[in-house]
Amino acid sequence: MIEFTIDGKTVQAERGESLLKIANAQGFRIPHLCYHEVVQAYGACRLCLVEVTQTSHGRKRTKLTTSCNFPALEGIEVVTQSERIGRNRRMIIELLLARAPKAKRLQELAAEYGVGKVRFAESDAECILCGLCVQICRDVVGVDALGFTGRGVNKDARPPFGEPSKECIACGACVEACPVDCIKMEETHTMRTIVRWKRTLPMRVCEECGYSFAPTFQLMHFAKKTGMSLDDFRVCRDCR
Amino acid sequence: MQPIRSMKELEKTRESLRQGRDPDRKIVSVCTGTGCKAYKCDDLVENLRAEITKAGLDAEIETKATGCPGFCERGTLVTIYPEKIFYQRVRPEHAADIVGRTLLKGELIDELLYVDDETGKTIVHEDEIPFYKKQQQVLLGPNRSLDPTSLDDYLVLGGYGALRKVLEELKPDEVIDQITRSGLRGRGGGGFPTGVKWRTCREAPGDIRYVICNADEGDPGAFMDRCLLEANPHSILEGMIIGAYAIGASQGFVYVRNEYPIAAANVRLAVDKARASGLLGKDILGQGFSFDVEIIRGGGAFVCGESTALMASIEGYVGEPRAKHIHTVEQGLYDKPTNLNNVETWANVPLIINKGVDWFTSIGTGDVSENPWGGSKGTKIFSLVGKVKNTGLVEVPMGITLRKIIYDIGGGVLGGKKFKGVQTGGPSGGCLPEEFLDRPVDFDELTKAGSMMGSGGMIVLDEDTCMVDFARYFLNFLREESCGKCTSCREGLERMYQITDDICEGRAGPQLLPLLDELAEVVKDASLCALGQTAAYPVLSTLRYYRDEYEAHIFRHECPAKSCKAMIRFSVNENCNGCNLCLRNCPYEAITGEKKKGDTYEIHQDKCTQCRICFESCKFDGVSIDTGVMR
Amino acid sequence: MEDRVDQIIEQNGAKESALLAVLMDIQGEYNYLPRPALERVSKQLNVSMSRISYMATFFTAFSLTERGKHITTVCLGTACHVRGAPRLVEELERVLDIKAGETTADMQFSLETVNCVGACALGPLVIADGEYQGNMTSPKVSRLIQKMRKED
Repeated sequence: MIEFTIDGKTVQAERGESLLKIANAQGFRIPHLCYHEVVQAYGACRLCLVEVTQTSHGRKRTKLTTSCNFPALEGIEVVTQSERIGRNRRMIIELLLARAPKAKRLQELAAEYGVGKVRFAESDAECILCGLCVQICRDVVGVDALGFTGRGVNKDARPPFGEPSKECIACGACVEACPVDCIKMEETHTMRTIVRWKRTLPMRVCEECGYSFAPTFQLMHFAKKTGMSLDDFRVCRDCR
Repeated sequence: MQPIRSMKELEKTRESLRQGRDPDRKIVSVCTGTGCKAYKCDDLVENLRAEITKAGLDAEIETKATGCPGFCERGTLVTIYPEKIFYQRVRPEHAADIVGRTLLKGELIDELLYVDDETGKTIVHEDEIPFYKKQQQVLLGPNRSLDPTSLDDYLVLGGYGALRKVLEELKPDEVIDQITRSGLRGRGGGGFPTGVKWRTCREAPGDIRYVICNADEGDPGAFMDRCLLEANPHSILEGMIIGAYAIGASQGFVYVRNEYPIAAANVRLAVDKARASGLLGKDILGQGFSFDVEIIRGGGAFVCGESTALMASIEGYVGEPRAKHIHTVEQGLYDKPTNLNNVETWANVPLIINKGVDWFTSIGTGDVSENPWGGSKGTKIFSLVGKVKNTGLVEVPMGITLRKIIYDIGGGVLGGKKFKGVQTGGPSGGCLPEEFLDRPVDFDELTKAGSMMGSGGMIVLDEDTCMVDFARYFLNFLREESCGKCTSCREGLERMYQITDDICEGRAGPQLLPLLDELAEVVKDASLCALGQTAAYPVLSTLRYYRDEYEAHIFRHECPAKSCKAMIRFSVNENCNGCNLCLRNCPYEAITGEKKKGDTYEIHQDKCTQCRICFESCKFDGVSIDTGVMR
Repeated sequence: MEDRVDQIIEQNGAKESALLAVLMDIQGEYNYLPRPALERVSKQLNVSMSRISYMATFFTAFSLTERGKHITTVCLGTACHVRGAPRLVEELERVLDIKAGETTADMQFSLETVNCVGACALGPLVIADGEYQGNMTSPKVSRLIQKMRKED
């Protein structure tokens, strides 16, 4: 266990833990978009900026850094609110809002942090390239059906080569994870579509109650991973 | 060659190679660097060899295809040894004369001799050429005598002697000590003290360490590393082997950008030959130290010059940088302690070992005896390009002034135009106007003025360069090269580009200048890696020193350099004599007129695209460019 | 194609970290990255198509579509820019009737740009069929295309 301060308050934590995680747990409000506990901190959105003062070689140095991937270290002084942080944060929100103006979450952040009029021409992109869908699909679900393509503003998160996904099992994890809700899911009685990836898959219908409960491909993926057979998934959880 | 298995054997080999070379044998040294390739230097070499064979003189005369000595403006460069007769602007068709007249009869060919612009004097001998004389070419000098594909040449010049000295006389700690005391600082632009980096890497916990040579030289306009790697690849290898020994690494990588195929080929060949000779690989020179090198070619991404992106690329991933809260010297390639240095930095290592710390510290500025950041020691190679007379590579001691480089060595601004500024540090650097010409060039002085020395790119600008367009150019470059991961860099640079584009195209309102400033500050402050963090400098420095140009564009639709198409208009003036050349050359049929009747010529604005062909074709100053117009 | 791709993978040490080099060699072999080749790489090196898709679109060395017989590349480095390189691009776009990054319909010419090849003293520079042509001007560049067309 090590000790350091956040906004003057002394906190204890495991060395190396995420500053953002610790701060939020301690009740300090640091906004974030691309951070999620189940995946590795990516540090892309730049919203979770804090100022960290460290002493090295006898000199005190303060730097502006993302808190999601900054490791907790003994004796550091973390500040979560300042003019410098506010100035940067507001511009980041303004830039993201200009990119994806319809995203509700961005509108909320703008209202909360005092971002007024957006001074840039609006684009019609929806995705903010936070990488959560990519990471969750690859590292948690393990299907690796999504990835980035391209560089710079042309960067995008999509299935390989931007074609309708062949690997996707329509589990819906990306839908849940997306912070700006741009991955939509639609269901009919027997089919589920992950709209953004143009992936429609049949749902397994429960042999007892007759309701569909999960995409067949997703069940196949579970079966493969666990060594169980597809036959084990004839009945939905409620009926089991 | 059989693998050399001892120091004695190395010296014996060297001695016998030297003995085998006839000191009286004439050598025709031809530059075959990438630059001279455009002048068909390879054909020239072929022709020379054919002519020499025809004359039956293969035993007496050798044609050596070398790397670049730096005077690119006058390529193809040929020097005849031992007399050191210097020929410039040589073309393949000159081969017959060079052999027939100069080599056989000792006759000089006037049209190939260098004539000094200022004095009008003809200079015959290479070491009297002012461009070279005013430099201190400790790194570039040997290029003239080296065939980059020959290990023998390198050995004859004393190559691998520093390695021998290190393995024979110095412990790893002692090597690090020497490099630290020499004050060598990173030549890739960062200026971090090399010795300190080596020590930190050596002391990092773990058993496996890596050394990397960063040859991803991406700054547009800079080609120092290309030259060194093409011309003298063994010097970099020697430096890396010494570094690996000092740090305790057994595997190294040379990461060469994709756009340098010759450099990659030459260093690959050098590695193969060094390995075959026992100078690389297992049990180097029989001393029990093993180290090998793999060549990695980049895929075309400027961001891969950033150390974490470079390492990701070696691991088989895209070059996306990651946060460096723990430095790569401690956790780098495959999470192991990794020492990454630039090409020129590695090339300096054998030099320092051979010539000594005192020699190195006697060149340059400041005092590094107490603080490794206290001075800038040694020489620095600059690529002097743009609107300057003598474009090429310039190697000078640090601390020399910009004026000396640009005017003394560079010959001043091309075409007698007015100097407007000099851009250093590539996309991470800034532009400095005339009042800074007497600033010394080193790691610290230019930074104080809002620019930086960077890796050595030095671009001279004149009155015809629009500074807003110049800032837009860098923003366009950076937004294309940005990996796109972090919001501030990706979105910020795109918006900054759009603003400068609006300004150049005459669409900008006055509120855009403060917005540009605001964006620049955020991109600088909030970005993840050095690409984003330094991306704002070209804009910030041009806003600081050339704000009047921005304002002229915005408030008066004027481009002072008469460059921005949206704000200029071409017209025929009273000098026109009806020669008809502009009409013939105009690709858009925008000019009408009656031949020989000067006052009938007219440029039609509805068809004119401001391509400048008429202006450049006219030999009578008959085309005027006006600005302050709105298209 | 599978055999050749397997060969390329072998030559590069058959390891995951060599993915970039493998793709470069495939690009060199076929003048672009054919999808079947990429699928073979995915299978043999056990790397996902998502990762390969990212590699193929991140690095400018790669083209996912077939390129023309003659590749004409204009250098857009700073020194070349200052000496008028953008106008060369415009002229080539006009003469070839395509935009930079595209290939002519008859698959004869591809027009590309590159951010500095280090031959700055000779700017503006055009690389045509692998040959470096320095000190180019708009008239010279259209003559160059004419010459290349004639030689076909």
